[in-house]
Amino acid sequence: MSGSGQTRETLTESDPALLEVRGLTKKFGGLVAVNDFSMKVVKDELVGLIGPNGAGKTTVFNLITGMYGATSGSILFQGMRISGKKPFQVYQLGIARTFQNIRLFRQLSVLDNVRVAYHHRGEAGVVHSVLRSPKFRREEKRVTDRAMEFLSILGLEQRRDALARNLPYGEQRRLEIARALVAGPKLLLLDEPAAGMNPFEVGRLMELIRSVKEQFKLTVFLIEHQMRVVMGVCERVVVMEFGEIIAKGKPEQVQQDPKVIEAYLGTDEP
Amino acid sequence: MNRRGFRFDLGWRALVLAVVGFILIQVLMWLRVINPYWQQIGCLAGITAISALGLNLVYGYTGQFSLGHAAFYGIGAYGAALLTRTLGGNIWTMMLGILVGAVLAGLVAFAIGLPILRLRSDYLAIATLGFGIIMKVLFDNSDAVFPMMGGAAGMTGIARLTNFTWVFVVALGAVMVLRNLVFSSVGRALISVREDELAAEAVGINTTKYKTLGFVVGCMYAGVAGALYAHLYAYLNPANFDFLKSIDVLLVVVIGGLGSISGTLVAAIGWTFLLEGLRVALPASVQDWRMVIYPLVMVIFMLVRPGGIFAGTEFSFLKPREYRRKR
Amino acid sequence: MTYFLQQLINGLQLGFVYALIALGYTMVYGIVRLINFAHGDVFMIGAYLGFFAMANWHLPFPVAIVVAMVGCAALGIFIERIAYKPLRNAPRISALITAMGVSLFIENFTNLNFMFGPAPRAYPRPFAIRTFDLGGVSISNIQIIVFTVSILLMVALSLFVSRTKIGRAMRAVSLDKDTARLMGVNVDTMISVTFGIGSALAGAGGVLYGIAYPQIQPLMGIMPGLKAFVAAVLGGIGIIPGAMLGAVIMGVVETFTSAYVSSTLRDAVAFGILILVLLVRPTGLLGKSLSEKV
Repeated sequence: MSGSGQTRETLTESDPALLEVRGLTKKFGGLVAVNDFSMKVVKDELVGLIGPNGAGKTTVFNLITGMYGATSGSILFQGMRISGKKPFQVYQLGIARTFQNIRLFRQLSVLDNVRVAYHHRGEAGVVHSVLRSPKFRREEKRVTDRAMEFLSILGLEQRRDALARNLPYGEQRRLEIARALVAGPKLLLLDEPAAGMNPFEVGRLMELIRSVKEQFKLTVFLIEHQMRVVMGVCERVVVMEFGEIIAKGKPEQVQQDPKVIEAYLGTDEP
Repeated sequence: MNRRGFRFDLGWRALVLAVVGFILIQVLMWLRVINPYWQQIGCLAGITAISALGLNLVYGYTGQFSLGHAAFYGIGAYGAALLTRTLGGNIWTMMLGILVGAVLAGLVAFAIGLPILRLRSDYLAIATLGFGIIMKVLFDNSDAVFPMMGGAAGMTGIARLTNFTWVFVVALGAVMVLRNLVFSSVGRALISVREDELAAEAVGINTTKYKTLGFVVGCMYAGVAGALYAHLYAYLNPANFDFLKSIDVLLVVVIGGLGSISGTLVAAIGWTFLLEGLRVALPASVQDWRMVIYPLVMVIFMLVRPGGIFAGTEFSFLKPREYRRKR
Repeated sequence: MTYFLQQLINGLQLGFVYALIALGYTMVYGIVRLINFAHGDVFMIGAYLGFFAMANWHLPFPVAIVVAMVGCAALGIFIERIAYKPLRNAPRISALITAMGVSLFIENFTNLNFMFGPAPRAYPRPFAIRTFDLGGVSISNIQIIVFTVSILLMVALSLFVSRTKIGRAMRAVSLDKDTARLMGVNVDTMISVTFGIGSALAGAGGVLYGIAYPQIQPLMGIMPGLKAFVAAVLGGIGIIPGAMLGAVIMGVVETFTSAYVSSTLRDAVAFGILILVLLVRPTGLLGKSLSEKV
């Protein structure tokens, strides 16, 4: 399970960035959750963001996706400044995410959960919807076909009419990934995708992350706690502690870094 | 699936049911089995249903808790009544009046919704409650600006134009529009806002836009209902649009089941006829008890079936085909 | 200037009565997240209990207040047990509708002729009204009583909540029910205590309202109830000092609007201020702003 098995050379931060974060700082009242955070994610990379609980990892995701406004610093996506944009705009620019504590639309069907996420690409509008116009039906069919395609990739096509809340945990996680993929994002942010999964499911998840990344030419940035996942899929790792970056590099290097061992690996990971 | 052209429909089963029901009621009315008194109650039930469908869109589908629905009902009622009183009452001004009621309510909803829809759940409820009370005060003092509106004394001289046909046709249209709206990409976006606003934003839904859309369209329904109401009793009083009236509509929506068109229809009709039925069934000596029985029914209902009659489901004839599969 | 001060005193009098009602609203909301619409009607029952205590049973005024407080506490606990407790895990809207149902039931039931009846009744005055002149501004002994009793009750409540074991347990439950339960707090009892104390304060408010604006009827609780709730939201719901502050602001604004603008517009102005405050500070004047955790 060592390395990521790819043939090409690992990318580094000197390559042109898909996502660039510069001096990002977020304060909640007196608490500094993220402090002077700078990094790049290069196209086609699979980068991991790790660190102990409360290090500010999810806050970084929330800042990138526009859910929090940054106190200072800037975020560039494909060279364009996205800090200050609303979450739905960030998504429409091509950054999709999943949540640590799965956030599905629980009363909607599995199919509808995915169709909602393709909304901006296939909305007929109020008038066409009310009139059930040919345009409406064409769009609905297109959206449905696209959603079904992603449900099959994630192995959920049989569950299309089930309510999201009735799915077992593992399927809910997969549905959230299908929902994040459907609009064809360029960058996928995964917040602890393996949380709560058993070793078998984790293995399948890693397989899945690798295959969708190849198939859709995705760049992936993920937060993870389980070392097995980080070592298994990540090409590069950024380590955070107390809101700051304490190390960057290949997983094997970072694992040897004394600061990291002290902050994280040595204390609460087996 | 592949038929061409527009399908402004409810599905043929629902339409057949509606037409058969309408003819049946017309025959019963013609045979005098349904007397004018019950006709009026029937109209009131339909009007309540239209207004409640609107609130269901706002609260049941979009998840925005409004306690000020009656204010929009009032705006539609006064707006339409002013129009028909000015232009004279006939079928054309009535149509125009309904349109004006809807547009006025929608405009006010847009103006008030933009700032207050940022508030969440209970805070939004309080803000809309406050707005409702402000509107009531304005209706009470309306004669200072529009003498025709009569202020707290009430507005008289409105043409009696609303009849069962009007109510039925408008209500049918209201059901069709709402049904086609909620079973579409727009409807999915609205429901996603209700389910999880943050996740909706995270999958590209402009939640501000959809909250406003749901609120404005829902309030337009109230405006339409108000316009019909104004021409049913030919008299408007600000007391008909106070806080309790908002509660009444909310009650119909919750008893029917949030996010269910079928539920709202059943509850609106059932509730209106229960209230009036008690009026007829109870002997004169215990008439006062009617007002005691109905809150009791309300409490017992909530204790027994907190999710409402339909709890998020629909009559299958109201669903588009693809939604009819088993879940 | 004297007119201004005079209106300020009148406004404070109204504000203190609102405060007594608002406290119950805010405490109940803080602990079970329920807008207890029946609270205004508990206030009305308090006014009637005081009325019967003084007019029919010829009890002295302080005893009448105690009767009203005890009676309302019992009523509040009873309502919670039969109507709200079964719905604690149901959707919040069900509990809210139930609260409205209870409210309408109390109003319409007491409105029946064999109960209180719809006719307004003049409230007994336990003593003659005397007014004291303070440089052109007059203050009546009634107003002094309203101020004294409300301040005493509010101080007692603050001490109770901050200093006693039960008060601490109540605060623990309002912060986190599950953790409080794990810490050995009896959550059901604490909720009952909260309803009891809140209702008792509303009962006292009812008697004070009765002697200050000497007329009562079964629907008298609706508007003061709504305004007290608004006051609680204005100050920051769930926060005890916030409820007092919000209530005093409501009372003063309302009185000033009547005095300087128009009494028919006073409700519109009061609620207009509420909406503005919510837009600027969505969690109320003393509320902490919380951003949602993702």
